[in-house]
Amino acid sequence: MFSYLFVILMVFAIFIYFYAKKYSITIRNQSGYLHSLPQYYGFYASLWFLIPSLIIISLYLIFAESFITSTLINTLPNDIKTLSSAELNLVLNDIKNLAVGNIANSSSFTEITEAANFYNKQNQLIDKVVFYSSLIIGLLTFTYAFKTISSSYRARNFIESAIHVLLFGSALIAIFVTAGILLSVLFEALRFFEVISFSDFLFGLSWSPQMAIREGQIGSSGLFGAVPLFAGTILISLIALLLAVPIGLLTAIYLSEYADIKVRAIIKPILEILSGIPTVVYGFFAVVTVAPFIRNIGSMLGLDIASESALGVGLVMGIMIIPLISSLSDDVISSVPQSMREGSYGLGATKSETIKKVILPAALPGIIGGILLAASRAIGETMIVVMAAGLSAKLSFNPIEAVTTVTVQIVTLLTGDQEFDSPKTLAAFALGLTLFVFTLFLNFIALKIVRKYREQYE
Amino acid sequence: MSNNEFNNFKTVGNTKTSNEVVMSVENCNVFYGDNQALNNINIDVGRSEVLALIGPSGCGKSTFLRCLNRLNDTIDSCKVTGKIHLEEEDIYSGEIDVVMLRARVGMVFQKPNPFPKSIYENVAYGPKIHGITTSKQELDELVEVSLEKAGLLDEVKDRIHTPGTSLSGGQQQRLCIARAIAIKPDVILMDEPCSALDPIATEKIEDLINELKENYAIVMVTHSMSQAARVSQRAAYFHLGHLVEVGDTKKIFNNPEHELTKNYISGRTG
Repeated sequence: MFSYLFVILMVFAIFIYFYAKKYSITIRNQSGYLHSLPQYYGFYASLWFLIPSLIIISLYLIFAESFITSTLINTLPNDIKTLSSAELNLVLNDIKNLAVGNIANSSSFTEITEAANFYNKQNQLIDKVVFYSSLIIGLLTFTYAFKTISSSYRARNFIESAIHVLLFGSALIAIFVTAGILLSVLFEALRFFEVISFSDFLFGLSWSPQMAIREGQIGSSGLFGAVPLFAGTILISLIALLLAVPIGLLTAIYLSEYADIKVRAIIKPILEILSGIPTVVYGFFAVVTVAPFIRNIGSMLGLDIASESALGVGLVMGIMIIPLISSLSDDVISSVPQSMREGSYGLGATKSETIKKVILPAALPGIIGGILLAASRAIGETMIVVMAAGLSAKLSFNPIEAVTTVTVQIVTLLTGDQEFDSPKTLAAFALGLTLFVFTLFLNFIALKIVRKYREQYE
Repeated sequence: MSNNEFNNFKTVGNTKTSNEVVMSVENCNVFYGDNQALNNINIDVGRSEVLALIGPSGCGKSTFLRCLNRLNDTIDSCKVTGKIHLEEEDIYSGEIDVVMLRARVGMVFQKPNPFPKSIYENVAYGPKIHGITTSKQELDELVEVSLEKAGLLDEVKDRIHTPGTSLSGGQQQRLCIARAIAIKPDVILMDEPCSALDPIATEKIEDLINELKENYAIVMVTHSMSQAARVSQRAAYFHLGHLVEVGDTKKIFNNPEHELTKNYISGRTG
């Protein structure tokens, strides 16, 4: 029904647009003056029709279901009404399934069939009410707006504020979604902290998230100390940064200061391709190519390097973030004003002296900001580590051993069939929350530094 | 003005200086890609005098200034032909390294451009690069003397280690002048040094230029004719990439020979 309603509303809105536009032209012809261009009056009238109708429809979408359900419960016999909420939900699901024509468990009971009929009727009634009321109210508000149209009415200013509201609304959606994600993770994490204490989680040195399936099972009390996971994450990220920062930075210097236009036109797109490779492909690369390579080199040197070593994963992750660092640094270096370079050249400094003593110090805050952004990217990276890093949580800073990371553990805790009320699965949310707070903090600092740097020159 | 009237054009007036010649330019042409920005420029720069380069926007005066310390080299498409001598050496022939050239020909830019470093580090930048001083003490002295000469020392001596960018516009420009004199150049090039400054700061810079000209050859681009009249001893009028007329400032302003110069001075062009 709502597809029809939308089509009707749109047809009305378009019609109203042209009608009001034409009307405003008549006014202009009669009085010789019109404050705004005619199409603004068209949009004005059209919006006054459309917005109230859409508000009614969205109210319906938000509240109708719970309203119908509560009236439905009232019609049910007492013995069903007094069931526990979980069981009641099952019955309600049955009724709704039956109502839309699916086969339900309890379709043989007459109460249920009756209730399904009632549910259908209620639904149809409400649909009808919404259908007509949205049209009627829209037309009423439109009529009101239409009457206000006169040669001195400032429709253009109205549209301007309507656009303002629209843009604000879009920004609000992004904020609400972020808040929603944060809250959903937060509530699950709080349930976890009811079972495991916050300090055990944050400072505990062993991680072994097994829970007893039956009473008295041996060795499955579950240890939830997140330190080994964070240590592993930080180790791998550090290896990645140790590779990516020098290479990325030097690339950026080359591209922005030395490369001529032709070379730049070749290298920049290649770097961008590198940043467009899906991380799962990097994971492949780590497992199939880099890890065996490092292992072979290790055995030549007489070292026993784990095939899931932090070194291999870190290097591949480093390759992944090179383009990020180089393009951010390139932007920052290029935004150092040309007058700085000329000032330095004018004093007889060479290119490398100018870069070392003037450009890099001037660009440093921005470069650090870029590195922090890259670091938070590395810390949150999942696919490469899931494919190529270890699973067992060993507290070690030895790069040739296998370590695991926060993201790997979240994935292993939540994949497969899991109960959603055991500390084991809830731990994933606690890890997610900690990771979120950590990267948020890093990003916050990074943006702060970048912004401070921008103020200096603009 | 059509370009035709510049066929076989020859600069009017006296391109020579009555002082000792520091730089001399012979048949200098500058091209940006296929566009010729300067045509056959001949002029001398003399010691202890201010040579003002005047003319309407886009006439090539800044391009010419940047030929004198080869700052045009940083623009890929730019090509310079002809000879420019600094004392005996041709600066475009490879006899003299560009680093050494710029150590002897300092430059001050239109917009003050102190480095984002302390006042001290700004002035010490050039001497450090060229290894002019051998000890910390010597460097300290050089910085102080340079700031003194630029008339800035009294204003900043108790905050010499604060950022140069925290100074006012006029102070920043004087800092840039101090930075340029610290490398002990023979010539100082100034590209509209006062155009970003208020009248009071402008007056200070003009006074400073007056003092500095005793020891340096100064070549200054300016858009302000009254400034050119106040500060310079010789003036050169550029028009569409041609050096139209050169001579004593008084003569150029009071009794110009060329029609184009007359029009510009009296405010009919530009």
